[in-house]
Amino acid sequence: MRAVVTVVGKDMVGILHKVSGICANNNVNIVEVSQSILQDMFCMIMLTDISKCDLPLTELADRMNALGEEQGLSIHLMHEDIFNSMHRI
Amino acid sequence: MINSRDILETIHMIQDENLDIRTITMGISLLDCCSDNAQTACGKIYDKIMRLAERLVITGNEIGKEYGIPIINKRVSVTPIAMIAAASAGDPVQYALTLERASKELGIDFVGGYSALVQKGFAAGDEKLIKSIPEALAATEHVCASVNIASTKTGINMDAVALMGGIIKQTAVATADKNCIGAAKLVVFCNAPEDNPFMAGAFHGAGEPDCVINVGVSGPGVVRCALQKIPDGDLTQVADVIKRTAFKITRVGQLVAYEAARRLHVPFGIVDLSLAPTPAVGDSVAYILEEMGLQTCGAHGTTAALALLNDAVKKGGTMASSHVGGLSGAFIPVTEDAGMVAAARSGCLSIEKLEAMTAVCSVGLDMIVVPGDTPDDVLAAIIADEAAIGMVNYKTTAVRLIPAIGKGLGEELDFGGLLGGGPVMRLNTASPAAFIKRGGRIPAPLQSLRN
Repeated sequence: MRAVVTVVGKDMVGILHKVSGICANNNVNIVEVSQSILQDMFCMIMLTDISKCDLPLTELADRMNALGEEQGLSIHLMHEDIFNSMHRI
Repeated sequence: MINSRDILETIHMIQDENLDIRTITMGISLLDCCSDNAQTACGKIYDKIMRLAERLVITGNEIGKEYGIPIINKRVSVTPIAMIAAASAGDPVQYALTLERASKELGIDFVGGYSALVQKGFAAGDEKLIKSIPEALAATEHVCASVNIASTKTGINMDAVALMGGIIKQTAVATADKNCIGAAKLVVFCNAPEDNPFMAGAFHGAGEPDCVINVGVSGPGVVRCALQKIPDGDLTQVADVIKRTAFKITRVGQLVAYEAARRLHVPFGIVDLSLAPTPAVGDSVAYILEEMGLQTCGAHGTTAALALLNDAVKKGGTMASSHVGGLSGAFIPVTEDAGMVAAARSGCLSIEKLEAMTAVCSVGLDMIVVPGDTPDDVLAAIIADEAAIGMVNYKTTAVRLIPAIGKGLGEELDFGGLLGGGPVMRLNTASPAAFIKRGGRIPAPLQSLRN
């Protein structure tokens, strides 16, 4: 089971560290990361393996949202299937 | 890995373009709740709804959070109460109070099915239930009522039409202190679908399984934003963009429906492909029509634009879901759509134009505020006109009018929430009284020689 974490916002030191910290603390493996910086805007997409995650997915999503609010970023964690459903036939 | 552009597109749709799942509706059959007395029947109804829908709200919230898609309403639809009340006797209102008690306990948003199907005539219990609608809707907050008064196969029951004109008015009067909200929870149908997840018209048809999950999607904002990207495209391109967008929206609906059914151990019924607007700015069907190039919704050309939209939504959505049903099309509820409200206020959108629009899109004359002193027979005649459009065109049409008691032209009603609010619209007041008074049935239309 995999989930996608997206981070969009103003670039700052340590964003990747903080997001991957939440993953590591909850036994979530990071499978793939892509990031780009466009005119100071940081945009990161992270594919994670949540099959061994210690937390229910809803709680993990809450923690990511909370980190986003704390840092003034938009951080979302969503189950991979919503993207597969929408964009793959 | 999934293309990052696709990921951002999905997130953009949800965050900025108001993409949401409008409702997960659990359909529950109450046929096995009939009893030899109303009290026992109500007890069985309460127990069955509580047992089956116990985890509906929690499951809906979980799915919403895990997939990152808002699921706005969780609802329940039940077997038309007229059937249960006919078998188990008693005052129909106590069934409404039972549904209300269950919906409060469950924390759901609406429960639909305070309904009667009388397209060919009144069976035992039907007339009694219909006459109790004003009291039932005034005594409850979450219960929705519907009455099917016509179908393509049976014609129009004009006795029921005449009756419903008065019932709509009485329902508004009974809730006059609450913005006549009762009338917003009452819909009169022609060709009512048995698996509709949307309110106020949802009920659980007699041909449905014991319990089923139906899902209604939304997403006018997403369609409009997609069209903004092709300001110079011709209408073939417009239709293609709408189809592609509707496909994506519906795939999310299918995913949510499948997951909800799996987690609740209930069969998946259908996804309803409707484009359902909300009063939020940007989430409007009228704005889609205006994006296509109309100055204001209601202008000449509106019916053609809406026909294109409705057809493209169905074409895109049908392939995205394994079972499509319910109403499936674009909704045009005036008070729930910021663009429709603006068009109505400006005088560009009239009830006659709305009637024409209903011939090519989903549902019918929906959430229209009319003067509080409108005679019952005018309300009935509006129902008859709308039913005739549905009957002849083999489609669902419906009427949900809200007589604004004590108010007239130039004034407005405001319900708040998803129901929105809007201006009192002008009606043609020439009297149809003698026509309505005739009663009887309008025979079912010929299905060949279709011109």
